[in-house]
Amino acid sequence: MARAAVLGRLRLTPIVWQLGEVAELVDETARVKTLVLEVRDWPGHRAGQHVDVRLTAEDGYQAQRSYSIASAPEDERLAITVERLDDGEVSPYLAQELVIGDKLELRGPIGGYFVWEVEQGGPLLLVGGGSGVVPLVAMLRHRSASGASVPARLVYSARSLDDVIYRGELDRRATSDDQFELRYALTREQPAGWSGYARRVDEAILREVAYPSCEGIAFVCGPTRFVETVADGLVGVGYAPEQVRTERFGPTGG
Amino acid sequence: MSFVSRGFRGKRRDEGPSGRVPPGQYLVDDFPVLSAGPTPRTPLDQWDFVVTGAVAEPRHWTWDAFRALPSETVTKDIHCVTKWSKLDTVWEGVSVDTLLEDVESAAEYVVAFCDGGYTTNLPLEDVTDGQAWIAYGFDGEPLDPEHGGPARLLVPHLYFWKSAKWVRGLRLLDEDEPGFWESLGYHMYGDPWREQRYWGD
Repeated sequence: MARAAVLGRLRLTPIVWQLGEVAELVDETARVKTLVLEVRDWPGHRAGQHVDVRLTAEDGYQAQRSYSIASAPEDERLAITVERLDDGEVSPYLAQELVIGDKLELRGPIGGYFVWEVEQGGPLLLVGGGSGVVPLVAMLRHRSASGASVPARLVYSARSLDDVIYRGELDRRATSDDQFELRYALTREQPAGWSGYARRVDEAILREVAYPSCEGIAFVCGPTRFVETVADGLVGVGYAPEQVRTERFGPTGG
Repeated sequence: MSFVSRGFRGKRRDEGPSGRVPPGQYLVDDFPVLSAGPTPRTPLDQWDFVVTGAVAEPRHWTWDAFRALPSETVTKDIHCVTKWSKLDTVWEGVSVDTLLEDVESAAEYVVAFCDGGYTTNLPLEDVTDGQAWIAYGFDGEPLDPEHGGPARLLVPHLYFWKSAKWVRGLRLLDEDEPGFWESLGYHMYGDPWREQRYWGD
């Protein structure tokens, strides 16, 4: 009885497996692809959430992984962005084998803490490493789609400019939206005359990009080492731990 | 098995000894880190551990008193809801049975609470009888902060989010109460063998 009462307060909705159909494939970088999916009865999501993808071989063997949702809640179709890991089991299939019209089994949305909705306000400090930028871009897309003018900054760490996912879109946003600022940190290779950061994100960089009085919310997503450094650094420059939300990506998850 | 993913064969990398990897999981050799916020770092002279809530007499240990309690070294398989499993992990810590030895209570549930504000709920019967520890050592070394040091709850038979990092105490309860992830869509119990990942599983 007690247990039922508690659960009753929780809007208990089972998260069921559904079939999506690949409607579009977008090459983002040499290793990264976006899958745009038509999912009938998609229950909707919040920016920052993820889905579980399940692959089934003919003999019944299955593999599951989680992927961040790249599309805004307002978008008509669900998009996930997948980095192909050479040693991976699921990502090479998603990034190389799938063609338009194929079906993909998935369920979601999952996760309710690393999320941002316009009502949560800002300013929004987004710090992403590699494919950890995906849920952060979903937040930016949600921000634009809802016409919000919440100030937002994205610090995006990538190995080189060629490894930057959604580069055209991000550069366009930075030019057209005066409440959005974009900083790249290119850690391995920089083009000639590069004026952005040319090192890993450190406390000095965070001090430069932090909002005055460390106002608002910070979202940090990337590999473990990156997230540890950035989250510690944000606390170091004055963000309260409860203002900093983290999500980790790594080779594990392939 | 109705749906087949066209062209998927799977790598079937080491699937592990039979009966040790729950459905939907794959094996890793490294030790991935997952947490919702920055890693808390409480100095040991400010660290304490409490047993509180629906108990006749709350209990309290400083770090030194806690470390003076009898400890056990256990080898366990662990299973994270994000799909990785790790076999034969070696932990050192204090059995929850030891902590509850002199605690009088009719409670049936427990919430573990932590530095950083994290909580997770469990039936009391899942943390007693040699099923749960407050672990401060991993692989013969002090537990790293990013893995939950100085001490974390270890409940290896449930998904690993139940093994709360940076744990500071156990609150005994008469009624079950969802913790952090349990309020955000994750399963109230979390049995990996029944794949209880999310609400309704």
